Amino acid sequence: MKATRRHFLGLGVTATAAAVLGPRPRSARAQATGPRVVVVGGGFAGASCARALRHADPRIVVTLVEPSATFTACPFSNAVIGGLRELSAQQFTYERVAADNITIARTSATAVDAQPKSITLADGVKLPYDRLVLAPGIDIRWGALPGYDEAAATQMPHAWRAGEQTLLLRRQLEAMDDGGLVVISAPANPFRCPPGPYERASLIAHFLKTKKPKSKLIVLDAKDAFSKQGLFQAAWAELYPGLLEWVPLSKGGNVTSVDAATRTLITDFGRHQAKVANVIPPQKAGRIAEVAGVADRSGWCPIDPITFESKLQAGIHVIGDAAIAGAMPKSAFAANSQAKVCAAAVATLLAGGTPSIPKLINTCYSLVAPDYGISVAGVYQPTGGQLADVPGAGGVSPSGAPRETRKAEAVLAEAWFRTITAEAFG
Amino acid sequence: MRSVVAAAIAYVTIAAATVASAEPPAGAAACSGCHPSAARGSSPVTRLAGRDRAEIVKAMQDFRSGARTGTVMDRIAKGFTDAEIQAIAAWYAAQR
Repeated sequence: MKATRRHFLGLGVTATAAAVLGPRPRSARAQATGPRVVVVGGGFAGASCARALRHADPRIVVTLVEPSATFTACPFSNAVIGGLRELSAQQFTYERVAADNITIARTSATAVDAQPKSITLADGVKLPYDRLVLAPGIDIRWGALPGYDEAAATQMPHAWRAGEQTLLLRRQLEAMDDGGLVVISAPANPFRCPPGPYERASLIAHFLKTKKPKSKLIVLDAKDAFSKQGLFQAAWAELYPGLLEWVPLSKGGNVTSVDAATRTLITDFGRHQAKVANVIPPQKAGRIAEVAGVADRSGWCPIDPITFESKLQAGIHVIGDAAIAGAMPKSAFAANSQAKVCAAAVATLLAGGTPSIPKLINTCYSLVAPDYGISVAGVYQPTGGQLADVPGAGGVSPSGAPRETRKAEAVLAEAWFRTITAEAFG
Repeated sequence: MRSVVAAAIAYVTIAAATVASAEPPAGAAACSGCHPSAARGSSPVTRLAGRDRAEIVKAMQDFRSGARTGTVMDRIAKGFTDAEIQAIAAWYAAQR
């Protein structure tokens, strides 16, 4: 028995050493005895799923494929743009993830073979898997908006994947003369973070109000309705009257093309020449989804609502922003919630069991000002092959609530960020 | 002999923990998006692991009925049945 115990300890030490070595997935495989799961993408969905898999069944050998050494979180990045927060507060490494005996392959995935099940990495290494989890987030649909390509994004940042783009937009706002026109264009559904464009408009308006009060902000929208609309508009009327104007689709808000050289946004109704232009462009699932054949013609990935297994490719699961998750929005909370359900289902499937029917939750906080938070929440369950709202549950913060409630939600928003990033990366 | 028994107990505990954690009851996994799982760190949101089962059940039922006001929990609790609340509470109460 003593020998057995020593044997267990020995295995633990070996596995830890393999994880610390980093981009040497082969060494971990050589030691491996349990089923192999490869997770592609180290965002909220992928990192949470990798960890949840190890927690669900420590025999599972998990490799996380992620080319970046640092993850830059999108939630709260609007506060960075508005000068309320530094980008470093958004950044996390994978050291603690690796410490959970997860091998980090610091490269990108370039191909997926369904038979035999393996994924090819950019360095040519082939990783066999028993189940694959894709959490690739979003890609920009370059060219979907005429005039908006990668070069245009250096003049008119999207800042919809946090990092350099976030800082570029902030620097442009800081450099703008007082009295300038700022324009945000918001895309049609679906897209990452439905309330995001409106939180961004709010925090840019806050920046302008305090630093450049003669300026104006216009939001050109490809939609007539948006997330938490009533709460946002009530707050804008109270906090930013005359400064922030929202132009819906029906009033000519749909941007049909852009000219990056002159920072001009063209709609069916006219032209808006901006001093600072933030183009939030149409999006699709991250590229590996298309490569793996799990994205449909919409550009997003249909999934089984119980296991998050692709409806197009067996053995491949898709979670987070890339998935078509029915009523669930593309949010960090939803990604984390899906990651844990998917991990439990994958562990059960690998053990030969039948996954149970899950229930999922989403909560999204938005800041309208530094001390003014609002939220939307939802509870979801599989219904008719989709994730649907549980009737009677969910909804937005009460309208007309006192300022203490808004302040409390701003505090809860920050607490949420600390907790969810600790679960995924801490 | 003592070491044999101890090892056997340890093995059973590990096996039980593995089975229990593989499939949390419906909805339970989502809570840790806001409720911190680690004891360290500060959050105004309650840690659920190791909390009294009856206390969790009452909080959820009161949020659901409106007897207790919340910011988001009143909206979330309405999505759960009594049986689901019982299962989630038992699961968290059993954790450390």
